[in-house]
Amino acid sequence: MICGNQGGRFFLQGNIAVGEAAIKAGARFFAGYPITPSSEIAEHASLNLPRAGGTYIQMEDEISSLAAVIGASLTGMKAYTATSGPGISLMSEHIGLACMVEAPCVIVDVQRAGPSTGLATKPAQGDFLQFRHGTHGDHMIIALSPASVQECFDLTIQAFNFSERFRCPVFLALDGIIGKMYETIEIPEISEFKFCNRKQATGLSEDFQPYKPDTDLIPPFVPFGSPFITRANGSGHGIDGYPSADAHNHEQLVSRLINKIDNYKEEITLFKKYYTDDMEVLIISYGCSTRPAIAAMKKARKKGVKAGVLQLQTLWPFPGNIIKALLPQVNLIVVPELSAGQLKSEIIKYSQGIPVIGVNKYGGKSILPDDIVAAIDKENQE
Amino acid sequence: MKFTGKKYIKSESLPFFWCSGCGNGIIFAAMVRAMEENNLANKDIVAVTGIGCWGKADDYLTTHAFHGTHGRAIAVATGIKLANPLLNVFALVGDGDGVTIGGNHLIHAARRNIDIIVIMANNLNYGMTGGQYSGTTPFNAITSTSKHGHVEDAFDVSSLVKSAGAGYVARSTIANPRMIQKFISKAIKKKYGFRFIEIITICPTHYGKYNQIGDPVEMLKDIKKRTINIKKTEQFSTKELENTITVGEFTDQNIEGYVERYRKINN
Repeated sequence: MICGNQGGRFFLQGNIAVGEAAIKAGARFFAGYPITPSSEIAEHASLNLPRAGGTYIQMEDEISSLAAVIGASLTGMKAYTATSGPGISLMSEHIGLACMVEAPCVIVDVQRAGPSTGLATKPAQGDFLQFRHGTHGDHMIIALSPASVQECFDLTIQAFNFSERFRCPVFLALDGIIGKMYETIEIPEISEFKFCNRKQATGLSEDFQPYKPDTDLIPPFVPFGSPFITRANGSGHGIDGYPSADAHNHEQLVSRLINKIDNYKEEITLFKKYYTDDMEVLIISYGCSTRPAIAAMKKARKKGVKAGVLQLQTLWPFPGNIIKALLPQVNLIVVPELSAGQLKSEIIKYSQGIPVIGVNKYGGKSILPDDIVAAIDKENQE
Repeated sequence: MKFTGKKYIKSESLPFFWCSGCGNGIIFAAMVRAMEENNLANKDIVAVTGIGCWGKADDYLTTHAFHGTHGRAIAVATGIKLANPLLNVFALVGDGDGVTIGGNHLIHAARRNIDIIVIMANNLNYGMTGGQYSGTTPFNAITSTSKHGHVEDAFDVSSLVKSAGAGYVARSTIANPRMIQKFISKAIKKKYGFRFIEIITICPTHYGKYNQIGDPVEMLKDIKKRTINIKKTEQFSTKELENTITVGEFTDQNIEGYVERYRKINN
């Protein structure tokens, strides 16, 4: 560990900040497969987890990596993996499994340009919809996205907290720019952190049911090895964890998996606003497109255009209500992203007829502030 | 001493959902007897299954269980074992599950010598989905997706796992339940390393029907007739060994398991 238990200022790479925060959050298991631009997270884990009494294993592919993470999680351990888009594609099978068996875990995706192998060393934001819909079947997912090295650290802690609190996989969506960038960050003393650990089952008796939810829809956790026998089941199952193909039971199960997250959307929604009080032009961004968005906002204001920025830190569940609440004085929404328009397609659902324009790059080059300013100017001239 | 393995069986779920004549019940009985023989506590066992007929075995167990995805039981078991090395982790896999879609996980787990026990029920086809060919279906065999005869050769799974580096590899057939129990029991006693037991079993419903081998009794007789103990294989030529089933211990070494090696290297 670079930062140990001491707080202070540290000059870190985004990927390393994720690794430091993961161990600080109590993660003690990493299984993964190396892939650019995420490999520093695996290297950091292989060096530092054994020192913290944890385990690192490099699996034969991303399918088995997430499988091992889920297995480790169900023994009670906080577990994580890191990859890039091609790895997320392979992990899709087990993202559904993690949702279904309700295994808390954190999946870091340092996004690169796709599709397929794409541009291995170039950044992108093309996995936005894959986070939400990558695995088959109905489910809800949590995805967070940092826009600075400081946020890499802070949101990693938050990702573990949400995964533990809601017993679900949580995506941490970096990109090739944020993951590879170095910045000075502030890490608080360990005593200042708030860590969430999964709710343990208490007062157990022989008729314990592993998937019987509390009123918050989340079943209390019992680890493998407990005297109270527990079962994890990726197939349709009743509250006892044994298989059930009953239609009513399955609808109840799937609804619960969705609602246990959806019902707490407000708590999960994290965002930052810049100059939104008087704005007429709303720029919505996340991750690496946030910095050019803020710079463009300042440039536009100098030209007399009242621009503001909404930075989404929570991507999923999608914070549509936050967007709606900002719209009354807005006459233009601008969405810069390193994708052909994935975030924009989601924003349109909440834009209430206000024009939404995208500033899209997907060749591996960063968006520049002037790209955004030019798009606003063009729209205002028309 | 007689063992029933009763304390591991979820009796209210019986009878098994497997077809009449299926060999999985024999493997299941031998497995729970071996568990009892070694006095394993239910709480210390995690049975990890994938998808397939044998992958339903955990439905009848009163141990901890993880019923996951097709082909990935060994990968899940790896995570469980490394995170809590005190557990006895069993991966119960079939031939489609364990060595066809999951073949890569199998050989890498064997190479790493991960400290788990894998019990593979090899019935030479995909039983649950209607009898399609798998990675262990013999050349020329008829299945629902090789109606003109199977083009490919089959894996010799135990030899594959042995050459991948597993500490313990043994094969038996459902014609010899005592041998199955003996091998599983030995695997439990060994405690460390990757321990692989392959059981050749029958699928009268699909494989037997398509290949006109006859009813379950005929299929069992056929297995018995073709079985040769590994100690005797040297007496036969390669030609003579064609279409036979070699049973016995393919390898039995005391190689340090992954958990112990990881601990030593990283301390």
